[in-house]
Amino acid sequence: MSKVLTGVLALLIAVALAPLVQWALIDAVWRPDAAACRAAHGACWGFIVEKHRFILFGTYPYDQQWRPAISTLVLLALCIVSALRAFWRPWLALVWVAGFAVIGVLMWGGVFGLSYVENERWGGLILTLLLSTVGLALAFPLSILLALGRRSTMPVIRALCVAYIELVRGVPLISLLFMASVMLPLFLPGGMTIDKLARAQIALVLFAAAYLAEVVRGGLQAIAKEQYEMADALGLSYWQKTLYVVLPQALRIAVPPLVNTFVGFFKDTSLVLIIGLFDLLSTIKVALTEPAWSGFGVEAYLFAALVYFIFCFAMSRYSRQFERRAPETLALREPT
Amino acid sequence: MAAALAALGWFIISNTVANLEARHIASGFGFLSREAGFEIGESFLLRYNAGDSYARALLVGVSNTLAAAAIGIVLATLLGGAIGLARLARNAMLRALAGAYVEFLRNVPLLVQLFFWYALITEALPGPREALSPLPGVFLTNRGIFFPVPGSVPELNGFNFVGGTALSPEFAALLIGLAAYTAAFIAEIVRAGILAIERGQVDAAYALGLTRWQVTRLVVLPQALRVIVPPLTSQYLNLTKNSSLAVAIGYPDLVSIANTTINQTGQAIEGVSIIMAVYLTVSLSISALMNWYNARVALR
Repeated sequence: MSKVLTGVLALLIAVALAPLVQWALIDAVWRPDAAACRAAHGACWGFIVEKHRFILFGTYPYDQQWRPAISTLVLLALCIVSALRAFWRPWLALVWVAGFAVIGVLMWGGVFGLSYVENERWGGLILTLLLSTVGLALAFPLSILLALGRRSTMPVIRALCVAYIELVRGVPLISLLFMASVMLPLFLPGGMTIDKLARAQIALVLFAAAYLAEVVRGGLQAIAKEQYEMADALGLSYWQKTLYVVLPQALRIAVPPLVNTFVGFFKDTSLVLIIGLFDLLSTIKVALTEPAWSGFGVEAYLFAALVYFIFCFAMSRYSRQFERRAPETLALREPT
Repeated sequence: MAAALAALGWFIISNTVANLEARHIASGFGFLSREAGFEIGESFLLRYNAGDSYARALLVGVSNTLAAAAIGIVLATLLGGAIGLARLARNAMLRALAGAYVEFLRNVPLLVQLFFWYALITEALPGPREALSPLPGVFLTNRGIFFPVPGSVPELNGFNFVGGTALSPEFAALLIGLAAYTAAFIAEIVRAGILAIERGQVDAAYALGLTRWQVTRLVVLPQALRVIVPPLTSQYLNLTKNSSLAVAIGYPDLVSIANTTINQTGQAIEGVSIIMAVYLTVSLSISALMNWYNARVALR
């Protein structure tokens, strides 16, 4: 029975895969030649070859694109270093601050002989990576405060934190992005403006904080009651108890679900396209609007899917490795 | 703390009032009874034309969102359940296929997937004259997907099909995208729910002489549902919230229509409040419904 099923499945896969391979590889056009693409029956990967600079860097000045390229590498290096347990030390936060400073200098310029590039012109992969990492860096401390607030004994603070978390989790991210893009300017005193990138970043931070807060709360709940009691018995104050006893343990327990939430957040940054920011998905969509290259959306979005997949799959694999090491944390995994 | 929040609130409100006055933007929900003046591509439950009010336009948006979410939930549950079972199948190839599906679909943003399905339908499918017909009466074209309904079968008439019922390319892409994406998460929930059952339970049931079907229905499912229902609820909520991405591929859901309304009236605060209020109501309703169901399947 099982062998028959395997045979049938293998046959089905072969029947489905043959035309796919024919389309994606054998008949595909790899040269950046739109006319050849239209004549061919296969995929037009030439579109990606032709537009790769625009897709990766958006409208950043062409001769300066080494700057976002180095920034991307710096950011990736920071992420890889942070993934290693040996570097989970307080000074890691300083490394991130220094890294963001280097990236800020590179991207904006205006110093050390670098020409100034306004952030309206930032785009592509680096924008997606910056929105995610800056978003998480700012949302994470906020989420810890929210999680502590939700478990606080002070009724006003607890009610405010619960209301915030449930409100943000109950509405779609788009509504928060709309709020930031059309309502935030109304909240500021006259004459004060705040650019589109910063507004989107604020919305993403407020959104991520609510979801991360629930994961941190899960970690806090997993700590044995005796830990709190012993800290109290030692005469530690609330903040001493929280900083030295509770959080170091709670955050370690919460690493796998936190990484899963990071994956979700990384995917969610693609929504900034809807309010007109030039992230990776947006540059791909804009590249398709050029008449010569219109109609190759399937190839373009498969490429987008591949790029996102590489990042998300790496993160998912990373979080799974912790689950193997510490099976007791499985129960905490967020079902998202 | 409370004083600081009150001060912040007062600061925001006073700024907003000053800004609205400076920009001559009206406030309040009076605009709802005015004529909307824009067409809506499709409406399932309500009749609508451009002469109707903003309130009716928004109501059409709500019904379109609910239609997409409801159908999406049914499709995602069926597909997710099947893939979750396939993940536990005895056949290694079936397991591997289901695993690959879950890994790939989960790790690509839904928005990319929606654009992909929309591009696939509008670019790769043939025009109505060369329509693909996988089943008699069902036609796949770049103008949409046509189905027969009792008493009416789609037929080619001139440049397009008439009769039967049709899914527009936007709605079809949204449904396929939402269902395929959420199914990957539901599959993992179903798998975890079934794995949570102790092996001894199944062995004991067989020892009592129950058939395979009886074991599944009487022993496995009731226990698995207890584990499955709470995370399944959050997936249903996610799917409903994710249906708001329809705005990006041009399906007229609530967010899309509220967005048009905001652009025409300038009343951003009211527009965003309506979106949030509707989604909060829907989220809380689904939570309540699933909590009621969960209470029924839970241990008493």
